[in-house]
Amino acid sequence: MFTILEKRSLAEGIWLMKINAPRVAHAALPGQFVIVRATERGERIPLTIADFDAAEGSVTIVTQAIGVSTRKLCALEAGDALVDFAGPLGRPSEFVSLPLDELRRRRYLFIGGGVGTAPVYPQVKWLHDRGVEVDVIIGAKTRDMLIYTDEMRAVASHLHIATDDGSEGFKGLVTALLDELVARGARYDECVAIGPMVMMKFVALATRKHALKTTVSLNALMVDGTGMCGACRVTVGGKTRFTCVEGPEFDGHEVDFDEAMRRQGMYRSEEQRRAAIEAERAAGHVCRIGLDK
Amino acid sequence: MANKIPRVPVREQDPALRATNFEEVCHGYDLREAMLEASRCLRCKNPRCVAACPVGIAIPDFIAALHAGDLRTAAETIARDSSLPSICGRVCPQETQCEGSCVLGIKGEPVAIGKLERFVGDWKLEQDTAVDAAPRNGRRVAVVGSGPAGLACASDLAKMGYEVKIFEALHKVGGVLVYGIPEFRLPKERIVAREIEEVKKLGVEIETDVIVGRTLTVDSLLDEEGYDAVFIGSGAGLPRFMGIPGENLNGVVSANEFLTRANLMHAYDAEYDTPIYVGSRVVVVGGGNVAMDAVRTARRLGAEATIVYRRSEKELPARAEEVHHAREEGIEFRLLTNPVEVLGDERGWVRGLRCVEMELGEPDASGRRSPVEKPGSEFDIACDVAIMALGTSPNPLIASTTAGLDTTRRGCIAADELGATSREGVFAGGDAVTGAATVILAMGAGRTAARAIDEYVRAKAAKSAE
Ligand SMILES: Cc1cc2nc3c(=O)[nH]c(=O)nc-3n(C[C@H](O)[C@H](O)[C@H](O)COP(=O)(O)OP(=O)(O)OC[C@H]3O[C@@H](n4cnc5c(N)ncnc54)[C@H](O)[C@@H]3O)c2cc1C
Ligand code: FES
Repeated sequence: MFTILEKRSLAEGIWLMKINAPRVAHAALPGQFVIVRATERGERIPLTIADFDAAEGSVTIVTQAIGVSTRKLCALEAGDALVDFAGPLGRPSEFVSLPLDELRRRRYLFIGGGVGTAPVYPQVKWLHDRGVEVDVIIGAKTRDMLIYTDEMRAVASHLHIATDDGSEGFKGLVTALLDELVARGARYDECVAIGPMVMMKFVALATRKHALKTTVSLNALMVDGTGMCGACRVTVGGKTRFTCVEGPEFDGHEVDFDEAMRRQGMYRSEEQRRAAIEAERAAGHVCRIGLDK
Repeated sequence: MANKIPRVPVREQDPALRATNFEEVCHGYDLREAMLEASRCLRCKNPRCVAACPVGIAIPDFIAALHAGDLRTAAETIARDSSLPSICGRVCPQETQCEGSCVLGIKGEPVAIGKLERFVGDWKLEQDTAVDAAPRNGRRVAVVGSGPAGLACASDLAKMGYEVKIFEALHKVGGVLVYGIPEFRLPKERIVAREIEEVKKLGVEIETDVIVGRTLTVDSLLDEEGYDAVFIGSGAGLPRFMGIPGENLNGVVSANEFLTRANLMHAYDAEYDTPIYVGSRVVVVGGGNVAMDAVRTARRLGAEATIVYRRSEKELPARAEEVHHAREEGIEFRLLTNPVEVLGDERGWVRGLRCVEMELGEPDASGRRSPVEKPGSEFDIACDVAIMALGTSPNPLIASTTAGLDTTRRGCIAADELGATSREGVFAGGDAVTGAATVILAMGAGRTAARAIDEYVRAKAAKSAE
């Protein structure tokens, strides 16, 4: 059983959960993800790993309660258990396999948007632990939605914050802040962006302008997460790729983001239909208009 | 004479009704029907059916026992060569194996061997067989994958006294039996779950959510976890796509995705959270069992459903019974038809398939007549979901994370006829070795490998004792 060792709220609707999963914790590397099922009849939900501790045997996940399944997951409490927790899946970040002396010569800029900030953390921490200089931009709508700022400050050389409304740090989008950093003379060898698909799309557009190599972590729809179904296919450099086994990280300048965003929405109406049934049920209604047919 | 009795018809759900539910199509024989059908067997001196059975079940013997009403002997006779009779009786392509060689089939209808096997298998599942777990011999074997190959290998090894643990990537045990083949053909609780219970009763442990190659590796099983040998039965799960324009439009899915949503994730049941999209017109590209399962699932979910296949009726690789059942359920077949492009609408959803007509050319080296395009024959078929059922290949994950494990050009794990791979102590069998094949072959390969593993482990023990 995959017991929840700890649960805490990071921001409105965003939960951190530390899960007891020794095998996954032992094998995990930055950039990988897990597939979880909260309940017996639940969906398989892919979540990028937000931290792992092999000694403790724990893996941390951060979830925003937005759909039926993520709400069910976030409704569980410390002491409860997830029925399934499989991983680590996908390929680790490329930098994991670079020689250390080469790594130490490189400068990285990480950009985390919304809940995407959480999976940025283990990557920055991994690099920081090996003496690599890393700058980080965290973006959120508003100050209350910022997550992981303290943890990140502890491992980043420079931490920059951007909020859409200017309630903390830079006022505007992460891309505008990126442009400003570059204009002020900051130089990087690689940018890693993790966040909503639109954010990654615009970061990739911006970095192309600066000729800055950019890696993105795609949160495609998935079922199995092991290469068995192709639900997660994306077009990268004109070729079809399976995000779960060939990704989740890809060259941001090669990804067809418009297709990826369109594919992400494939089950949206179906999910809304199910959410409506769920809400009806929660309200004690019996569906009479055939919604549940 | 016995063979004057016509083949006993098997009771089935009415086609119009069953096209709206997921219950099993075929009810199977009852005892009286089974005994009557068993009486048709001629008990040939040189039974051609046995030679045509991939695992050589003593078919006339089990049928004779059944005819005499001795179900226990019938079950024991089958068990010598097959550990999954109620499953194989349902899903084997009998028309090209046992029944295809039955002498009665030359002039009339062959003995319904598959239905009889199923009857005996189901009877056996009903019995409370208290199995004595064999005394443990202190040796441990890890089995990767819980499909028919892994289950068969694990249960034989457990019977020999090995401590066996199966590692399964998915959250549910059974491989294709649970994620691929639909409920209406192979009931999950009544049959598959019970076969798995039988394996567990032997003392086999199963750990789900373990992806070998990611969560742990073949090497860590041998070196860190102390297993004496590893059997790889990881199947051939990677779906192929056609590589034609428009294949990544919304509404284009692999049959594996569609069936996994429906079967493994129970998406057809509103009590489960996983969504599935069927739209109103579904086209399935392909002609194998997977294509038939997908198209009939779509039909049951309320869609008008069509098969598009590039060869003719005769070449359809699916079991004859499935094609027949699909037709009865109102599935349309567009044969000698091949898609060249998936057409999309302005929102990026599929709206149809552009196809060409095909004709069969000269036989190629393998003797199969290959389809060639008729020039200028392009036409469109409208649909809002397109399902690709073009075959699958083995997942490279294990081979690519196990040093010294050789693969073939087709990406299959290279193994000899006993299942030994290029790595000492590592054995493999089933679809992972052959590419997508059949349940019975996978089961047979798992059992053969179990014997080879036993020999290997004993030889090694003898050597270290020297
Ligand atoms: C839809 C469909 C219909 C079919 N219909 C028929 C039919 O009617 N008759 C017939 O004879 N055959 C049929 N087949 C084929 C048959 O199911 C397969 O040949 C058979 O299941 C192969 O058995 P296997 O044990 O080799 O692999 P599988 O059944 O594929 O099992 C492999 C298991 O290994 C697991 N696995 C894979 N990789 C890993 C890993 N790295 N770590 C841990 N676990 C892993 C998988 O999750 C899976 O559970 C059908 C197949 C499909 C897909
Ligand atoms: S999620 Fe199924 S293949 Fe990637």
